[in-house]
Amino acid sequence: MTSDGNSRAHSQRVDLLVVSELVDRGARVLDVGCGDGELLKLLVDTRGVDGRGIEISQDGVNECLARGLSVIQGNADTDLVDYPDDSFDFVVLSQTIQATQHPRRVLSEMLRIGRKAIISFPNFGHWSVRTSLGFKGRMPVTENLPYSWYDTPNIHFCTIRDFVELCRDADARIEKAVALDAGGQRMTLKAPWWFWNLFGQQAVFLLSRRG
Amino acid sequence: MATTSHPAPSFGASQARSEADNPSSLVMRFGPDKPLILESGRRIDHLQIGYQTYGTLNADRSNGILVCHALTGDQHVASTNPVTGKPGWWETMVGPGKPIDTDRFFVICSNVVGGCMGTTGPASTNPETGQPYGLDLPLITIPDMVRAQAMLVDALGIDRLYCVAGGSMGGMQVLQWAASYPDRVANALPIATGPRHSSQNIAFHEVGRQAIMADPDWRGGRYLAEDTSPRKGLAVARMAAHITYMSDEGLHRKFGRNLQDRDKVAFGFDADFQIESYLRHQGLSFVERFDANSYLYVTRAMDYFDLAADFGGRLANAFLGTKTRFCVVSFTSDWLFPTEESKSVVRALNAAGAKVSFVEVETDRGHDAFLLDEPVLFASVRGFLSASEGR
Repeated sequence: MTSDGNSRAHSQRVDLLVVSELVDRGARVLDVGCGDGELLKLLVDTRGVDGRGIEISQDGVNECLARGLSVIQGNADTDLVDYPDDSFDFVVLSQTIQATQHPRRVLSEMLRIGRKAIISFPNFGHWSVRTSLGFKGRMPVTENLPYSWYDTPNIHFCTIRDFVELCRDADARIEKAVALDAGGQRMTLKAPWWFWNLFGQQAVFLLSRRG
Repeated sequence: MATTSHPAPSFGASQARSEADNPSSLVMRFGPDKPLILESGRRIDHLQIGYQTYGTLNADRSNGILVCHALTGDQHVASTNPVTGKPGWWETMVGPGKPIDTDRFFVICSNVVGGCMGTTGPASTNPETGQPYGLDLPLITIPDMVRAQAMLVDALGIDRLYCVAGGSMGGMQVLQWAASYPDRVANALPIATGPRHSSQNIAFHEVGRQAIMADPDWRGGRYLAEDTSPRKGLAVARMAAHITYMSDEGLHRKFGRNLQDRDKVAFGFDADFQIESYLRHQGLSFVERFDANSYLYVTRAMDYFDLAADFGGRLANAFLGTKTRFCVVSFTSDWLFPTEESKSVVRALNAAGAKVSFVEVETDRGHDAFLLDEPVLFASVRGFLSASEGR
């Protein structure tokens, strides 16, 4: 079991650390859109989870394989339906929901497959986005959202407020929410939604099924 | 009955004939004290297994990898084929420094039961009669092939295999191994395969078998005793099958409508087109190395394969509680074992809670892609085998 390069990578991505802290030790975890397996490997190494992944890109899948992870080449929109009910404790969607065709359906599937869902996403309500659109009249291209509008994989952006609304519609209970500022640091817990929505660059939500 | 003498390196049909009883590879023989009990209820009392090994078995006997060959493959996975003189059929995958690295692993590959390269099959001499078995050999199934392999692995003193790997029919054996002997398989690598043979695939096999049996030289399966061979029928069977190993786009890229050694069509039934010439060549070279009755037996084994049926109709039941790590691989242009077949395996493994990875390789080379130079396949296999988890 090797972890070369992991400790450095671990310290860089606060959003991954936030996600990992929400996951119980030894839990069964499905990471949807797991990329090169950085988060999944972190969860396996530091939380001792029984982890699985889904990733659309060939390179990502092969990186995961080389890390000893069990990853299926597939896609959040079409392949979640293959998983039995309650087959995982946590289903994670890290920085991926904005790239799905049907975010609401994906969210419902996640809460069917897992007892809990963890979703992290870039906040389109961040002040820099609003400034770009509101004052410059241009779709934002930032360090966090580096694509031009015409070739972005991100087709369903939302703000933190929008996401809270989606959770209500989809009968998901918000167990915990964390916003990260532009520096990637955790924002104060007591801040109201409007403050997070303006200054949070990313958000991480822990959801469970209602009822 | 091992009396035939033959001039040393004579590739071709006579060499193929002698390999059936006296393979140039390693051989393991089992007597009536260790019969192979077949799924049909019948038995083979004098089982012979032709096999090859590569690399070195480590001290704790934990680095064994069993490679399972496809329909017309053999044990010569990474060494020169004694019949064709060509390199082993998977030398791109197996060898020193290759994804299945013989510097690290002890690789075993055996000819399947029903084959014609030194494992008991219809071309083998029946010790009880001194004549080739022909159609007297009981029908063989994939589970029978796997049980014979397990006898070989036992005899080699290996309890648990690091990996069982194979493509196509070899992949069926991998799935069967994982289902029959879950504790003996640490990692399973089924490639370009499925959990059952589809109706379409059975149909293609039936065409091949009928071509063989329609050849007057087949002689009701007794052609060896009558010193003849259904060459035309077997060649047609191979030609039909070969089409299924490629893809429409691959054929188009390779041959298109190109003409063979001519500027215009000849208004006759010669091989005007390159694809015709290519298929004829495939058919003719195949009959030099393969036994027609073996073709009947081994295609039948694939037709009978239906793993879910043996587990109450639910494929996931075949893998319940398994600790084996799986890496399932399919190819986008494979229409013989399409991705959907692999995905049904993946779904079942997920439902069983197994550790499963799945890779779909983008290629236009069809089913045969698993035998070819496909860098993504190599990277996947290398990654899967080198990851230390589950060792």
